[in-house]
Amino acid sequence: MIRSTVTRQLVRTVALRQCRYAPVVLRTACVSPNVHNHRFYATKIQPKLTSENYPSVKRNPNYKQLSSEDLNFFKSILTENEILQASESEDLAFYNEDWMRKYKGQSKIVLKPKSVEKIAKIVKYCNEQKLAVVPQGGNTGLVGGSVPVFDEIILSVANLNQIRHFDPVSGILKCDAGVILENADNFLAEHGYIFPLDLGAKGSCHVGGVVATNAGGLRLLRYGSLHGSVLGLEVVMPNGDIVNSMDALRKDNTGYDLKQLFIGSEGTIGIITGVSIMTPTRPKAFNVSFLAVESYEAVQQVFVKAKKDLSEILSAFEFMDSNSQELTKQHLPDSPHPFEDKYPFYVLIETSGANKEHDDAKLEAFLESAMEEELVVDGVVAQDETELKNLWQWREMIPESSQAGGGVYKYDVSLPLKDLYSLVEAANTKLAEAGLVGEAPKPVIQAIGYGHVGDGNLHLNVAVREYSKDVEKALEPFVYEFVSSKHGSISAEHGLGFQKKNYIGYSKNAEEVKLIKDLRTHYDPNAILNPYKYV
Amino acid sequence: MASKQLRILVPVKRVIDYQIRPRVNKLGTAIETTGVKFSINPFDDIAVEEAVRIREKNKSLVESIHAVSIGPSKAQDILRNCLAKGADTSTLIDSKDARIEPLAVAKVLKEVVEKQNANLVIMGKQAIDDDCNNTGQMLAGMLKWPQATNAAKVEFLESGRVEVTREVDGGEEVISASLPLVITTDLRLNIPRYVGLQNLMKAKKKPMEKLALKDFSDVDFEPRLKVNSIEEPQPRAPGVKVNSVDELIEKLKDAKVI
Repeated sequence: MIRSTVTRQLVRTVALRQCRYAPVVLRTACVSPNVHNHRFYATKIQPKLTSENYPSVKRNPNYKQLSSEDLNFFKSILTENEILQASESEDLAFYNEDWMRKYKGQSKIVLKPKSVEKIAKIVKYCNEQKLAVVPQGGNTGLVGGSVPVFDEIILSVANLNQIRHFDPVSGILKCDAGVILENADNFLAEHGYIFPLDLGAKGSCHVGGVVATNAGGLRLLRYGSLHGSVLGLEVVMPNGDIVNSMDALRKDNTGYDLKQLFIGSEGTIGIITGVSIMTPTRPKAFNVSFLAVESYEAVQQVFVKAKKDLSEILSAFEFMDSNSQELTKQHLPDSPHPFEDKYPFYVLIETSGANKEHDDAKLEAFLESAMEEELVVDGVVAQDETELKNLWQWREMIPESSQAGGGVYKYDVSLPLKDLYSLVEAANTKLAEAGLVGEAPKPVIQAIGYGHVGDGNLHLNVAVREYSKDVEKALEPFVYEFVSSKHGSISAEHGLGFQKKNYIGYSKNAEEVKLIKDLRTHYDPNAILNPYKYV
Repeated sequence: MASKQLRILVPVKRVIDYQIRPRVNKLGTAIETTGVKFSINPFDDIAVEEAVRIREKNKSLVESIHAVSIGPSKAQDILRNCLAKGADTSTLIDSKDARIEPLAVAKVLKEVVEKQNANLVIMGKQAIDDDCNNTGQMLAGMLKWPQATNAAKVEFLESGRVEVTREVDGGEEVISASLPLVITTDLRLNIPRYVGLQNLMKAKKKPMEKLALKDFSDVDFEPRLKVNSIEEPQPRAPGVKVNSVDELIEKLKDAKVI
């Protein structure tokens, strides 16, 4: 996640300085630094083992322990480069720990097959031997879904990283699951197309991973959910079958729409190895405006107005509360904030379209009347690409800033728009009553709220100095009960994973949960895929 | 000092946004400009910011800030932003799509300086499209004014002189000069502000004079340089992974770097 934010955080002077003597054609070569192959963590906290943190979760004794025979089998299929083993000097932390460093498994082995057939053979073997497996993509998940809980074998699709086919007429992209989202998007950009999904972790997360977790992100408002844009999948089932629907068409009404089962399956019932996805044409003109508003009421009014006045060119509508910006200011001391004064709420609006003049005129008219109607107190508009990136950074750097003080409890919920922000207020009250908020040594720094207003999606982040049971007890199940009472969803886009396994009941009724469990048992009777999670 | 009022002229240029990768057209004769985002030259943006900051620091010092641009009619967008950031008045000299070399630009600016009765010119040290870095110097020469190029810091002294810290190889050089003066800006001078909505709306009411090249009949706009061709740089060869230190040394020897 941080990799891409580093790339984005192009501080004007530094980037320009690199280019000061470069001739015109070289100029841009030096402003797109690709920071790769190095892992940054959100926090310096050393994670405790998940098994120690959650003693009530016990290793299922039905699963076999990894033996030397198993190892020999894997070695018979995979080359040396495709197997990573734990040793005294190497604890495989990169694969065992999640990005937030909240969870840590104890897997002794990582398999990184280079072909789908090899994956099928491995999964079939594990199923027969009752070896538990955790499928892993970019490992950027936020609910502990992509790391082992105990000693599960980590099956990474990182080596499946090829673009398979792109049709420049229809815009259908077919690629391996392990293609990094940003690489897929850069590939599409060359052809004038855009990946219909964008999120902060794009420099690390995989196409297969975002499908498996049904990630939402910043472009959902414009391009809709993956349930609509994914056309087909290639999936390895627990019995080793490879189910291939990669040749699927835009319209195909024959039988059950099976791919939908795997979108958001979070590595249960099958491992996604290939994705076929419909991509829209890339907008030529982007505009970003950052606005200050007085109340959450006003945020909603600006949203309604933006939908009406900007209609088809509106591509993002993000809101942020005052505290989220204060935390981010501390984290980015060298970047000037768009406003000198503090305001209760901020809104970031992005428009994208095919005609710059048309978009400019629309946005200008919208902003003018929003100011006249006094919905907006103050605002800035990006005048060049640098400012555009810098304005986005005040939204995109919030997650990182919120954990810079130690750690963060993240709740990603869907709520009816009118109740969206009340959860942040309620959480702050609850934490204050419990006496947990304040200067060190109080554990909680602040609860902040931001999110995708367009999608009714709130991110409640509780920034903490350290992870503690007291904070967790104050927040859970309080947050889930609150969301349930407003008929919202306890997981809008992050999924269930390990964190929310026990809370699905707040969003799904008993019959729905039973159906999910039945399906899981049916396709994965030995429960080898991603155990201890989901439901 | 307070008695001496500053009339600042800030020349600005509309260039391809520096974040955009410029592409050579199919004929190899020019950079592709259709459908490409244009913005103010970043060095000029710093110049505008500096002019505004000088006024904010000492209100009685600055009488006027005038922004001028030579370019297509769309250059009025960047002039509008200059007005929103704090310039009082502006002039657009419409050059259509003509390519104008620094000497001609300097001659035009000299006339503008005289017309505006400016006594301080703050401009970018270079434009990022042609990277010429000579308009400021030529302008100072023709006006017979002192020049302080590559400024990283500008200070107005009690004595009425201006002290400018310049970026030079291996460090800084501090010079002082009297007005009138031409200052060209370097990157470290300041970080430009965002354009506020309120100011952007107010800027619409600020004056923008529109002239054409023919209004400068004494200036010869004919380019003296001929562009033979424009080429993309050779793409860099992809890197290779080596498996051992020995292999690395081998490769470095092959490349004759050790």
